[in-house]
Amino acid sequence: MQNDMQPLLSVRNLRTSFFQDEGTTRAVDGASFDVFPGKTLGIVGESGCGKSVTAQSILRIVDRPGRIVEGEIVLTRADGSQTDLVKLKSNGREIRSIRGGDIGLIFQEPMTSFSPVHTVGAQLIEAVLLHGAISRKEARLRGIEALRSVGIPKPERRIDEYSFELSGGLRQRAMIAVALSCDPRLLIADEPTTALDVTTQAQILDLLRKIQQERGMAIMLITHNLGVVAEMADDVVVMYLGKVVEQGSVDEIFHDPKHPYTKALLQSIPRIDSTPRLKLPTISGSIPHPFNRPKGCPFHPRCVSAIAGRCDTDEPPLQAVGEGRKASCFLYS
Amino acid sequence: MVAYVVRRLLLAVLTVWAISVLSFVIIHLPPGDYVTSYIASMSASGSAVSEGEATALREQLGLDQPITVQYAKWMGLMLQGNFGMAMEWGRPVSDVIGDRLALTMVISVAAIIFTWALALPIGIYSAVYPYSIADYVFTFIGFIGLAIPGFLLALVVMYVGFAWFGANVGGLFSPDFAEAPWSMAKMWDLAKHLPIPAVVLGVAGTAQLIRIMRSNLLDELRKPYVMTARARGLSEYRVIMRYPVRVALNPFVSTIGYLLPYVVSGSIIVSLVLSLPTVGPLLLKALIAQDMFLAGTIVLLLGVMTVIGTFISDLLLMWIDPRIRLGRR
Amino acid sequence: MAELASALGTGALAEDRVAVATQWQLMWWRFRKHKLAMGGTIVLVAFYLVAAFADFFAYADPQESEAQRSLMAPQRIHWLDNGSFRPYVYALTGTRDPLTFKRVYVPDTSRKIPITFFGRGEPYALLGFIPSDRHLISVEGAKAGESLFLLGTDTQGRDLWSRLMYATRTSMTIGLVSVALSLVLGVVLGGISGYFGGFIDTVIQRVIEILRSIPTIPLWMGLAAALPADWDVVKVYFAITIIISLIGWTELARVVRGRFISLKEEDFVMAAELLGCSKARIIFRHMVPSFMSHIIAATTLAIPAIIISETSLSFLGLGLRPPAISWGVLLQDAQNIQALVISPWLLYPSVAVIVAVLAFNFMGDGIRDAADPYL
Repeated sequence: MQNDMQPLLSVRNLRTSFFQDEGTTRAVDGASFDVFPGKTLGIVGESGCGKSVTAQSILRIVDRPGRIVEGEIVLTRADGSQTDLVKLKSNGREIRSIRGGDIGLIFQEPMTSFSPVHTVGAQLIEAVLLHGAISRKEARLRGIEALRSVGIPKPERRIDEYSFELSGGLRQRAMIAVALSCDPRLLIADEPTTALDVTTQAQILDLLRKIQQERGMAIMLITHNLGVVAEMADDVVVMYLGKVVEQGSVDEIFHDPKHPYTKALLQSIPRIDSTPRLKLPTISGSIPHPFNRPKGCPFHPRCVSAIAGRCDTDEPPLQAVGEGRKASCFLYS
Repeated sequence: MVAYVVRRLLLAVLTVWAISVLSFVIIHLPPGDYVTSYIASMSASGSAVSEGEATALREQLGLDQPITVQYAKWMGLMLQGNFGMAMEWGRPVSDVIGDRLALTMVISVAAIIFTWALALPIGIYSAVYPYSIADYVFTFIGFIGLAIPGFLLALVVMYVGFAWFGANVGGLFSPDFAEAPWSMAKMWDLAKHLPIPAVVLGVAGTAQLIRIMRSNLLDELRKPYVMTARARGLSEYRVIMRYPVRVALNPFVSTIGYLLPYVVSGSIIVSLVLSLPTVGPLLLKALIAQDMFLAGTIVLLLGVMTVIGTFISDLLLMWIDPRIRLGRR
Repeated sequence: MAELASALGTGALAEDRVAVATQWQLMWWRFRKHKLAMGGTIVLVAFYLVAAFADFFAYADPQESEAQRSLMAPQRIHWLDNGSFRPYVYALTGTRDPLTFKRVYVPDTSRKIPITFFGRGEPYALLGFIPSDRHLISVEGAKAGESLFLLGTDTQGRDLWSRLMYATRTSMTIGLVSVALSLVLGVVLGGISGYFGGFIDTVIQRVIEILRSIPTIPLWMGLAAALPADWDVVKVYFAITIIISLIGWTELARVVRGRFISLKEEDFVMAAELLGCSKARIIFRHMVPSFMSHIIAATTLAIPAIIISETSLSFLGLGLRPPAISWGVLLQDAQNIQALVISPWLLYPSVAVIVAVLAFNFMGDGIRDAADPYL
């Protein structure tokens, strides 16, 4: 992890829980990481580990009955000042100007992310108008430019079309255009390529990289696909059951994983050089039910290196295990 | 889009035809015809009608022809605007019906407007703040509204008005305006009397619409595009009203198609209880007297008005739903 | 799944029970959680008990009219007799008010008539064949029909409580018969429409749309008025049920058709076809169980509309007519506002209507929520 730059976004000890009649789910249970300007942070984990809720917490759009319970999310603004997003008034003016303005968000499912009864342009122009005092005409021109910059052909026509008239790849590009329309300094991409076929996936990733280089934008890439992480990320955070279990640069994580979970994840990827006809190693057990969290380290029931008496009673804290690397595991403490 | 309009238009025409056949069938179901009951009422008051007179009467009224011919004749006359004679009243049907049909539509539309004006905001509120106290209260009231038949509510309202205020809350006009020709003053009088019938008629529909709006909006609020809108920095009010409400509005608008027949239908009974000068009481009397032209025409006209209303709502739906406009289902 | 398991208790055992439970057990467990639905069901069971044992719940002959007793107000029950729980009513003497010449009933405090529960009264045949003379409520030392008027009397002097009991029987059963007819029509036509699609589907769809756009009351009025006046009560009863179900089936057909259409696309149907199942087997063994619960829910929710329709028609005088007794017939007396103001108890049968409709709605909602696997 870079230590020489000021992080753009700094998350410390974030806890977000969902309070339902049946019980409380600790979706994010003490996550801490940094995002640096112009760099890509990959957040990896299985479904349900709290990645999306983390993204939603940053923008304060967690759905009821969820709530941020603890922690701080410090954003460094364009003028250098720092704001703790957790402390901002819910849906107040400040957080709203940050949404879309400083931080953009793109979702997994482009089809359902657009309103079915409004044109793509209407939603795009609305975003532009929200974050700058310009005329409608000007906003429309900017919208067309935005569509062009993400590689949509004939943007002057497309801007008046509905989302269901566009193909999957074009829709995703349009969604990226909307998110980038106000030039945010951080783009949070929540599973941006999961719903796309492999070819389109590659195109979208190329697009994101290109935009990042052009604008010096930071990207927080959330995915369960380790291949995408390897390709795009500079730094990686591995999450499990709402906790950060390991953190480091992409090379270090892939070549020298420390946490047993990271190791198991990497082992389960089919590799071109693996022995043929050998069964793929999987992680034994399954993700525990949110109401049934295991005592102690959340991963210990499935861990091959669990230390009886330690891992099932205490929770390992996230601590340094090397230069710029952190892991939460008792193997290293 | 054109295909859609043409399809709905054809359906409307087909429906009107079906209604005309049904109306005609209804009239001819009872054994005997107008002449039989005419004879019966004549002999009850002491005078007799001879065979010859009866036959002549039948011929005059065209009642001796086969059914299909009678139907054809009837339809032919209808299309020319000649609705025949109301036999009991001895006056042309159009005279007897007069304002009543228009007034029926007026209270029906007033009821629908009332229903909408109430159901929309309450439905939205209930969906945005589900399981809140207000939500439970509205749901409860909604259920009550659903359970009380229109005529019962009308009865209770009349009773309350009479017993507690000593006023007759029925009727659509004050006594001085009842028979007067139309004028601005009369319209104003009508407007003053509209609220009670409109509310009584609209209550049941309101309850249903609130439930529909609430459940549709709840579904929409869970969808990703709402979160996307929020993530763009829209204010909470805009996020809700501009997007999910707009989408949930579609099934809401399409309910007019079924609300109109329901309200028109309910107005028949309610106007009986509240003594409103609409088509309801007239229809009842006509049916009991088996006055063919009058009853049949009323049923037909009611049906036609409803179909027209439904067709207008289809056009409305097309206007607000781009998915229909662009030919995609 | 978790919520259901937690309702059964905690731990792995509860989850296992949920995993092997049948569809109906799952539905029942979810239904049980829905308090309003459970309440509604209990109320409905009570109503149907009354319907089945109307003779037991009534204490007077519902048809026995006595002009001397016309329009009596409900009697006040005195619960304590000198400190002990012995309910009684006072006998009523009718006198003519000298000023208005209207009949006025004054309690005769010298004659106490004790009320007994499960006492003896008029003989009747329970369920049609078991002879009995026990009634829920009866009086000691006098004929119940002449001295007890819990809900007052109507214009013809008939006891309203007893009439209400018999009316419940008629009104609650007419709903069932009518909905059964609608169910058959709806399932058959909706099923054909949904499963075969194409031209048949279009035709049936159009028919449904046409029927739904016709205002129902005028149509029913017309059909009901067309019934010969000399038909006996039973014939009229069945004719009315048929008339009401002729339009009511459309809603059920829509639900069934919708289910068939979405199920047709399901992979498990294709799997069954690939296995070589006959069409009939696919429909009845594979598809129908999937939406059975939805049909039950839709049917339950259709009944209140039918009850309201019958009540409305009878209220107008076009549905069931005296000597038949239903809620609508009872409410006919309440048509006249002047009479209503003097005798507001004539409106009491409306409470039965409202409660029954609410109960059906709550129960139907509960079934629907319990049946929906996606909630």
